[in-house]
Amino acid sequence: MVNSTTATLPAQTTGAAFLRALKSFALIRESWVGMFGAALILFWVLVAIFAPLLAPHEPNATVLAYQRPIWWPGVVVPEGSPTFLLGTDHVGRDILSRIIYGSQTVLIYAPLATFCAYAVGILMGLAAGYYRGWMDDLLSRIADIILSFPVLVLYVIIIATFGASPVNIVVAIIFASSPGIMRIVRGLVLDLRNRDYVAAAQTRGESSWRIMLVEILPNARGPLIVDACLRLGYVIITIGVLGFLGLGMPPPDPDWGGMVNETRQIALAFPHMTLFPCIAISSLILGFNLLADGLREISLRD
Amino acid sequence: MIVFILKRIGFMLITMVVVSVLLFILLEIDIEGVAIMVLGPYSSEEQRNIWLQQNGYLDPLYQRYFRWLGNFVTGDFGESIRFKTPVSEILWPRLWNTAILGFWVFAVMIPVSLILGILSGMNEGSKLDRSISVTSIITTSVPEFASAVFLSTIFVFWWKLLPGTSSMADGFNFRELMLPVMVLVIYDFGYVARMTRASMAEVMTTHYIRTAVLKGLPYHKVILKHALRNALIAPFTVIMLQINWLLSGVIVVEFAFAYKGFGALLLEASLTSDIFMIEACAMVAVFVAVATQTIADVGYTYLNPRIRFS
Repeated sequence: MVNSTTATLPAQTTGAAFLRALKSFALIRESWVGMFGAALILFWVLVAIFAPLLAPHEPNATVLAYQRPIWWPGVVVPEGSPTFLLGTDHVGRDILSRIIYGSQTVLIYAPLATFCAYAVGILMGLAAGYYRGWMDDLLSRIADIILSFPVLVLYVIIIATFGASPVNIVVAIIFASSPGIMRIVRGLVLDLRNRDYVAAAQTRGESSWRIMLVEILPNARGPLIVDACLRLGYVIITIGVLGFLGLGMPPPDPDWGGMVNETRQIALAFPHMTLFPCIAISSLILGFNLLADGLREISLRD
Repeated sequence: MIVFILKRIGFMLITMVVVSVLLFILLEIDIEGVAIMVLGPYSSEEQRNIWLQQNGYLDPLYQRYFRWLGNFVTGDFGESIRFKTPVSEILWPRLWNTAILGFWVFAVMIPVSLILGILSGMNEGSKLDRSISVTSIITTSVPEFASAVFLSTIFVFWWKLLPGTSSMADGFNFRELMLPVMVLVIYDFGYVARMTRASMAEVMTTHYIRTAVLKGLPYHKVILKHALRNALIAPFTVIMLQINWLLSGVIVVEFAFAYKGFGALLLEASLTSDIFMIEACAMVAVFVAVATQTIADVGYTYLNPRIRFS
């Protein structure tokens, strides 16, 4: 009897929590700002998924029509090949196709890095907030020290020392952003650990990690979801900035920041080469920031 | 209060020491690598060994660290590999250039963001408030390099009003400073404005403001004498902490506009593995960041009477 209730309980709570989460996402309809942000994100996700169908050219193929690499936007090249809707870059690659394929790079690595940073930050924050004592002191001091670095200085040193590769960029982002996540989680846990349901779970004799992950964490999700949206925006900025500084994804595969870096020397003569990748990255970040704002507005209303 | 200040300064020193140890381990633990960076990849094994011996690199790690730390504290940062001159000769002028840039950014950003934040915090939920907060979301969504591209397309390519690079080749030129300052202000003002707004909105709901309004004080007096004093405590901290963000921002902006500042120097040093330059730049950056955090903490405690007298 006792066994059956404890066995069914987690399933029920996770099911209910899932439904509640769905409902809170459905609430986004009430905020037009949030809706607009969600639409922007959805647009880029669809572009990334259907990139092979949408891109008119190969992203890395150079087109040398009439022995001339650079074309302005909207130029129709004869011989049956599609138009360069947004022009070509300095070596004759179609910018539209590179932006379309570049969305894949951003939308794979940014969520991956954010997710890993959250996994690390949540574990550290739960441990610090729940166990308190020396564990809290140690983790908080480490976080203070990492956070006292100007972020980009940290990234530049890490990437310059270990080399620019997708793995190193993800690791650097985890290293630099998990302390911030840890602080937020720790604050939430300090508030939640004194609730009655935590005391009840402790009396039932549940293990500490089970209490942290099953009892406390789901109740801290509200602020964390908002923060995750904002942080995704920052991570996208970071990946873009690293690409712009020449420390990003290795060429030739398209990456929005890298596209700006490669063509910035001639951008004052041909601004379309840098303009369109910048519009792309700004609109995606705007999507995440607007969604975060909408979610926050809704959470404040309840 | 004095104990608190001493504690903060102590924490600041500990942070600096920990950072310096990490930096030293990261960059100098591999002595072979250091020798290759200094003497170049085509140096012979023998040359490297002689160099290592002459510069005391064969001593134990902790001895080297303390010697390095001693030199560092006395202002001897070693010799730049790329420029072949002492690091300090290049570092200080570059830092001064960045300070000029930072000064103008703050001179523009603080009034703009405070005024916008106060106006929108005074009437929360008004049309002005909504439009200011949406604007600030939009401007913080555009990364610095993107707004650098947008602004130079508009001002340099279309209108031909401003120069596209800011290398200050013919001495100081205010026109060359305008684009970098604009980019940094656009990226940073939104955050400060939102923080000011939140602080102002909170103060406006307090009882003492209601009392002041109800006892018949003119509205501008309520705002200027009662609300602002309390509402501006939080933005002070935010603005001080913004210096930390600015240090990141200047790397991008100085690179984008070829401005000869500290951020560009750090980036060049990292890209060319100029390790003594990286060490000096990183320590200066961390010092500035930690020092402003300390000032922000101490200032906040001093400004907030609820904490000061408790």
